[in-house]
Amino acid sequence: MHIAPILSALRRHRLATLLIALEIALACAVLCNACFLIASRVDQMHINSGVDEASLAQIKLDCDDCNDVDLNARVLSALRQIPGVQSVSVINAVPFGEHAGDAGIHLDAANQKPGGVVEFYVGGPGSFQALGLNLIQGALPQADDYRALNDFVPADASVWITHALAAHLWPGEDPLGREFWMDRYHYRVAGVVAHLARPSGGEGGPSTREWSVFVPGIPGKHFADNYLIRAQPESLQRVLRDARAAAIKAAPEAVLDQQQSRTIGELRNGYFQQDVAMTGILVGVIAALLLVTALGIVGLASFWVAQRRKQIGVRRALGATQRDILRYFQTENFLIVSMGVMLGMVLTYGLNIWLMLSYELPRLPVYYLPIGVLALWLLGQLAVLAPALRAAAVPPVVATRTE
Amino acid sequence: MFGYYLLLAFQSLKRNRVLTALMVLAIAVGIGASMTTLTVMHILSGDPLPGRSARIFYPQVDPDPNDGDNHEPRDVMDFHSAVDLWTAHRADRQALIAKGDIRVIAPDANIPALKIRMLATTADFFPMFDVPFQYGQSWSGTDDTSRARVVVISDDLNRKLFGGADSIGRILRVRDSDLRIVGVLKPWRPSPLFYNVAGGRFSDGDTADFYVKPEDIMIPFSTGQDINRNHFEQFTCWHSPDLTGSQQNWPCLWVSLWVQLNDASKVSSYRRFIGDYAAQQMSLGRFNHAGNTRMRNLMGWLDFNHVVPSDVRLQTWLASAFLVICLFNTVGLLLAKFLHRGGEIGVRRALGATRAAVFMQCLVEAAVVGLLGGLGGWLLTLLGLWIVRRQPTAYADLVHLDLAMFMLTFTAAVAATLLAGLLPAFRASRVAPALQLKTL
Repeated sequence: MHIAPILSALRRHRLATLLIALEIALACAVLCNACFLIASRVDQMHINSGVDEASLAQIKLDCDDCNDVDLNARVLSALRQIPGVQSVSVINAVPFGEHAGDAGIHLDAANQKPGGVVEFYVGGPGSFQALGLNLIQGALPQADDYRALNDFVPADASVWITHALAAHLWPGEDPLGREFWMDRYHYRVAGVVAHLARPSGGEGGPSTREWSVFVPGIPGKHFADNYLIRAQPESLQRVLRDARAAAIKAAPEAVLDQQQSRTIGELRNGYFQQDVAMTGILVGVIAALLLVTALGIVGLASFWVAQRRKQIGVRRALGATQRDILRYFQTENFLIVSMGVMLGMVLTYGLNIWLMLSYELPRLPVYYLPIGVLALWLLGQLAVLAPALRAAAVPPVVATRTE
Repeated sequence: MFGYYLLLAFQSLKRNRVLTALMVLAIAVGIGASMTTLTVMHILSGDPLPGRSARIFYPQVDPDPNDGDNHEPRDVMDFHSAVDLWTAHRADRQALIAKGDIRVIAPDANIPALKIRMLATTADFFPMFDVPFQYGQSWSGTDDTSRARVVVISDDLNRKLFGGADSIGRILRVRDSDLRIVGVLKPWRPSPLFYNVAGGRFSDGDTADFYVKPEDIMIPFSTGQDINRNHFEQFTCWHSPDLTGSQQNWPCLWVSLWVQLNDASKVSSYRRFIGDYAAQQMSLGRFNHAGNTRMRNLMGWLDFNHVVPSDVRLQTWLASAFLVICLFNTVGLLLAKFLHRGGEIGVRRALGATRAAVFMQCLVEAAVVGLLGGLGGWLLTLLGLWIVRRQPTAYADLVHLDLAMFMLTFTAAVAATLLAGLLPAFRASRVAPALQLKTL
């Protein structure tokens, strides 16, 4: 196929060609960046919480005025009697639940070297095993690691931190035995777990999502009213339903937190509901965008075909095959789309830089460009197919007619 | 002449229905997407107190000894600073704000205990923020000082507990105290819930919760100190508090203050007043730095907190880019359409029509496409807003198409299409009559 005659024909329709090319360029920029936004959202939604989500549920009581002398004992024994329960423990928060122990830490006793804002998970006996945390360094918490609380955290304790937090606090060093401080409270790292996401997003954005500290604590007056239940995944829903009823019966003075007393899976779904919605919107925009771009190509190509009926007839009369005519319009479309995507690549990176500046988004990976280009080429070919087929069907006899 | 152009436009649009439908569809989709997001944006970024917001201010001092004067003070104040500033009564109106969850039982209503959001404030809150009452009225300044056991409830709660009847004088058991209802609000839904906005810069763009409904019960600040002792929600603490002591003395930030200042001289004197207050507290040894005071007006404070969620802003940008693409599309299609009629235009020109007339005729045709696109865009906007209302966000129930945005839908559609039609119309008006006639 010779490109020269196509180019010279396009030169006669400079404005229309330019418009379609510009449309393709813009579409390329929006398409690549929207896909990237979707991918980053989906990435965030697949965060590894580090716990056995399918086996865990939370019972949360609002209990400002409860008789806290025996509250834990009453609730724990009631929950443990539910058939199918594997373990019940006291915990201050669960991933995708509500924040309970957000605090800034320091790497020195004088509180001069800040270590960032981290999440303190306080867990009673059995909770570490119930969560199913993956210990990668150190030993499991022992009985004497559990400390009493006079505040939201024990004042001095051995703690288990995530790999991500260890890498942030002491990059490249062995975290075991290292110390940090929260105000006047003092902690020593006794172990490292692979993953443990904080309940919800941290102050510093996605990079701080796993800055969690697990502190073993003894349930008491300041550490009550939130319980972690572990059961077989298939019976978890029933166990939770029974547990909600049992908790209210065991602590009639408390109000059951309906929103938070759920399985971790349900809490996770609730937590990401908005991201799912936003992803849906982005997918919708991309679909509409591709549709409109395709419609534009169809419209203009149809117009050109109608305008060139006579020329097509002449070419056919001079011996061009139907395939030649089809190829002509396909190649023409390919050239226009190629011009568009070349400009589009520049626009894509421009838009990405702007997004990086205003929404703290990372840089667009390079492989998005060839995929976007391929998608637009394909779209262009699909859109032009119908008008091109119509052109190919023009009979040679048209050449002899006058309109 | 205009009527004739209109007639020609309709005839020409009818002649090539596919092309017309494509153009109308493109405009409608573009307008629908951008008007949906613009409407959400318009609702979320609006002024919650139109006509008043410029006189409402949010004073801040910085009691945190770990901070210096070189960054922003914390978003909320400690109990003593806020109460000291309030007690001075230097502003035209002033209201303290503290909040928390609390258990409420209505002995008259057969409903189990509820855990609901409570606002502890002072009497000026209601007139300062123009809060509408259905029954009764706010408590008085005297009630503030006498720690009166009174409560104002929302329309929602009144419906839930008393079926919307006049419940003035009834008793609510709030935590362990009996409070008498003195006022029931009319439905009141400021957007955002401006008086609680704080900490937006730490929320990573996820600020949809600034648009929740107001608290269901409101009690005098002083009464709250009695009945909800040590249970108010804290913004943050700069040291671990001694939980055995009173929350009022904890090293924590949990009270904010809003003031109304009616003229510029009062604003500058109030700024001086909080500066002087900080200096005085420093000389008393309670603060260790005194230069870090702020006083933004309401809209300034909302801007500082980036109240509009970043998702919504992103959607708006996305939709605008989308509209631009749709317009490029329309330019191309209009160009095709007008130049297709080169012969007809040539005849009109040869018969004496001026270029301006041809230009006008093309623009009228573009405007008709715009109007049709606007109609489709309006329907798509309604559909889009319906989808937004079904989203699980705090602001979903606020979203609706008001008259201004309705008008804008059509104006934007016609304006956009006219803009898109300029170039094709110009090209069409340049058609040389002789050349076209020759080919006929």
